[in-house]
Amino acid sequence: MPKPAQWDSTLASAIIAAHSSLDGAALPILHALQDEFGHIHEDAVPLVAQALNLSRAEVHGIVTFYHDFRRDPAGHHVLKLCRAEACQSMNGARIASDLLATLGISWGETTPDGHLTVEGVYCLGLCACAPSALFDGEPIGRISSETLADVVQQARAQ
Amino acid sequence: MALIQETDYGTPIRITDKAVTLTIDGESISVPAGTSVMAAAMMLGTQIPKLCATDSLEPFGSCRLCLVEVEGHRGTPASCTTPVEEGMVVHTQTQRLADLRRGVMELYISDHPLDCLTCSANGDCELQNMAGAVGLREVRYGYDGANHLDAPKDTSNPYFTFEDSKCIVCSRCVRACEEVQGTFALTIQGRGFGSRVSPGGLDFFGSECVSCGACVQACPTATLNEKSVIELGTPERSVITTCAYCGVGCSFKAEMKGTTVVRMVPYKGGKANEGHSCVKGRFAWGYATHKDRITKPMIRKTITDPWQEVSWKEALDYAASEFKRIQAQYGRDAIGGITSSRCTNEETFLVQKLVRAGFGNNNVDTCARVCHSPTGYGLKTTLGTSAGTQDFASVDEADVIVVIGANPTDGHPVFASRMKRRLREGARLIVIDPRRIDLVQSPHIQADYHLPLKPGTNVAMINAIAHVIVTEGLVDEAYVRERCDLGDFEVWARFIAEERHAPEAVEDLTGVPAADVRGAARLYATGGNAAIYYGLGVTEHSQGSTMVMGMANLAMATGNIGKAGTGVNPLRGQNNVQGSCDMGSFPHEFSGYRHVSDDATRQMFEAFWGVSLQNEPGLRIPNMLDEAVAGTFKGLYIQGEDIAQSDPDTQHVTAGLKAMECIVIQDIFLNETAKYAHVFLPGSSFLEKDGTFTNAERRINRVRKVMPPLGGMADWEVTIALSNALGFPMNYKHPSEIMDEIARLTPTFAGVSYEKLERLGSIQWPCNEAAPNGTPMMHVDRFVRGKGKFMITEFVPTEERTGPRFPLILTTGRILSQYNVGAQTRRTENSRWHEEDVLEIHPFDAESRGIRDGDLVSLDSRSGDIALRARISERMQPGVVYTTFHHAKTGANVITTDYSDWATNCPEYKVTAVQVRRTNRPSDWQARFFEEDQALKRIGTDVNAAE
Repeated sequence: MPKPAQWDSTLASAIIAAHSSLDGAALPILHALQDEFGHIHEDAVPLVAQALNLSRAEVHGIVTFYHDFRRDPAGHHVLKLCRAEACQSMNGARIASDLLATLGISWGETTPDGHLTVEGVYCLGLCACAPSALFDGEPIGRISSETLADVVQQARAQ
Repeated sequence: MALIQETDYGTPIRITDKAVTLTIDGESISVPAGTSVMAAAMMLGTQIPKLCATDSLEPFGSCRLCLVEVEGHRGTPASCTTPVEEGMVVHTQTQRLADLRRGVMELYISDHPLDCLTCSANGDCELQNMAGAVGLREVRYGYDGANHLDAPKDTSNPYFTFEDSKCIVCSRCVRACEEVQGTFALTIQGRGFGSRVSPGGLDFFGSECVSCGACVQACPTATLNEKSVIELGTPERSVITTCAYCGVGCSFKAEMKGTTVVRMVPYKGGKANEGHSCVKGRFAWGYATHKDRITKPMIRKTITDPWQEVSWKEALDYAASEFKRIQAQYGRDAIGGITSSRCTNEETFLVQKLVRAGFGNNNVDTCARVCHSPTGYGLKTTLGTSAGTQDFASVDEADVIVVIGANPTDGHPVFASRMKRRLREGARLIVIDPRRIDLVQSPHIQADYHLPLKPGTNVAMINAIAHVIVTEGLVDEAYVRERCDLGDFEVWARFIAEERHAPEAVEDLTGVPAADVRGAARLYATGGNAAIYYGLGVTEHSQGSTMVMGMANLAMATGNIGKAGTGVNPLRGQNNVQGSCDMGSFPHEFSGYRHVSDDATRQMFEAFWGVSLQNEPGLRIPNMLDEAVAGTFKGLYIQGEDIAQSDPDTQHVTAGLKAMECIVIQDIFLNETAKYAHVFLPGSSFLEKDGTFTNAERRINRVRKVMPPLGGMADWEVTIALSNALGFPMNYKHPSEIMDEIARLTPTFAGVSYEKLERLGSIQWPCNEAAPNGTPMMHVDRFVRGKGKFMITEFVPTEERTGPRFPLILTTGRILSQYNVGAQTRRTENSRWHEEDVLEIHPFDAESRGIRDGDLVSLDSRSGDIALRARISERMQPGVVYTTFHHAKTGANVITTDYSDWATNCPEYKVTAVQVRRTNRPSDWQARFFEEDQALKRIGTDVNAAE
């Protein structure tokens, strides 16, 4: 996964301007900002508000409504583990808690070395191969503690 | 009187022609189509349990407590979001509903603290009431699960707290901020169980919140609660009265405990504000009992002596004897009086009566001299009466709104909220202002045209707009033919059609691209109902009166006067500036704008007052000061006005004041003018007296006494006492008797009485036989003067010119949290939003002078110089700087000049040529100010000093 750019308000303004004529521009803008900077920097909120003639509270409401929008930069890699019913029934909860214990972090946290962020999601639509996960956007089916250990190793290697 | 509980219908009252009949709990009722089942039930007196609904907000349907059963409908719809239907049969109380409601309430209470007894909203909490109404007896879920009980409390706002742990996330506050106030400062942060109300992730004080109080009022729990209630407990009685800040004239319930105000809550029945408020009226009333209040009369021989506290009798006798001595020594015309736009109609009327009948001259003037006197002149000349044409509600029907030289979101916030609501509904907006005010662009508001003209070119701009309308065939000819003087119109049309008025011809002068002017003109003329709202950016110019007439020309030419949604509307600055003008405060006019030379009118007053009156106009404020400097004007009675701070060219004002021999100040504080006074008579705040204020829509509202006057006498009683001491007896036991006299002597007030005000709530003048209940809209079928009169509006540039020494233009204005000279708001927590006046300057002008944000800069004009901090702002256009005049120590009016409107002497506050440079010290004037502030405000040490 490419390293996100450092926060840069000029660049952010250009990204916002490029999308602000779209209908319902807030989400495309926020996605574009997150793609560029890896998260929605707090200084981005007033810029988006200004561009779309919204209040900064409204933009804050949008950003916080969607868990996918980060307020802080993630680790170099992001592992999303499904916590919904189908995956729970296939031992997903246990696999997840073991992984978190091994890494010494909680849901949504990043390892101290900054390599890996682990987040919960609620259904990836991959119930047929539960328990499932998403690593840097790539789906992984039928995860086990072993496959996750490989993933962690892969994350640390890069 | 008990605490007033206003009926909450749960959803807004709809007004439609079609009626729908339905049955609720066996009772039949007919209601307007579009009414919710909830509101219809309330009309029958049935309150359906609810939490997220309140009638100031559109229905939301989130709390699920207001469920009802409707025969033939499946399920249990929410009564707030279900509109009535013909023949509907509704049940609001069944076992099934009771079980559902109790279950819902149980969930709410499972995440709510059980500290009712010690809660600040105890006894005033809808959640508590609803728990009682649904019969909640236990919470089976326990309190051990995930909850928000430890959520931190936000106390950053000076007036209210946000106690998140008590929040039920009904969104009433968020919706009030959006729908009622239009600021959108609140949101629901997060989702699901994590959903919380948030001022954009910041604290309240640091957020976009403007502290209007709408959220606090909407909150059904203690989550958003006034700090004064937390401190004092819930109030015990309410008195309906009128705010003493701006000209919107909001009605409030003063909620009291004994003679202590617990809180001021906007009154839904108030027709000017309909339940809304701003940070000033809602919260900034603490000045009334501030320790700086002077409550004992004081006198001194010279202004360098310390003040000595004396009895009322001694002070009044001294004032009377001095006035008599001066008149004996220098002539009858050597004294005068200034009425206050902050006092009541009755008090103002008495002061001008005292001057005309007691002093025996017409030397009476008022602060409207320095704000809206051109409005009076301009609208009277063209339309026939000195007042705005519409009521505030008219804006709800405007399709195009033109805001000229006004900043409603700061100066008239409650009306601005109403205007913004209409703009969000789709009305188009044209802003003509040198500065990019909030209305140009703010959340959900975007002006179609902002014409950022150079200060001082208003008339050129209005002529250019008129030129487009005339030359592009956009005149409403049928209207002009029917309603206006055709001869005048034709002369005007020929004048305005001259090529020199074309937008292209004046582009260099105004600095506004011609295409924008043409676009705005076409929009105004063709966009449907078009309404002009204007402020002091129109009047406070050397051509203020010309500009007012230019706007009236424009409205007449396009048929935009005489129906809802149109008009020419001054946004008046002070609570009773309309009233003080109506009451005969000007040297040339009796009450109701009748000239003193009009024999019939004068004889009526002479007969009633039993004295002969002068038939020549007296002195205006600037003339009084000029004559004082010249040595022919020696004594002045000033009620509730601070000309040493508010009037232009401070150094000239103070020179005039220093030259007088007896200045009598009647005020609640030892103000700037009092530094030069010899007698101080304690005034009373609006909370301490009965009377009436008249707002910008000519609405006469009652002011009601909630506490005794701190100094022992209300202002009207003081004037009576002074008059009696002077030997011109006055005898009124109650302000209602003064109003009776006003009604008797003033045709436009003939039908006004306290009894009728009590009955109707408020009355818009004219109120007489022809309009017994008042007149919401003027000039409906014909203009007051008969035919509308088009006036020639030749642009004449001001003599105040920029040049190499003074290359920038200074314009002045105000800010939301402060009011006028700040005497009131500076003595409240409002100062936390605006601790000092700053100079707004465009980045370009700042950079070329090496000025950084926050630098102390010297602002120099031909009149004087002051130092203040710079704020770099792109609101400004290059070449124009801006400041406010709320703080006496800044001395913004040291800079302003004594140029004034050609017709009315209204000062040209809005255009002063200045230079700005960095400095490291206060100006000489400011240094002297600090010295004199000490020296001239001393109170004798043998008595308790005020401070």
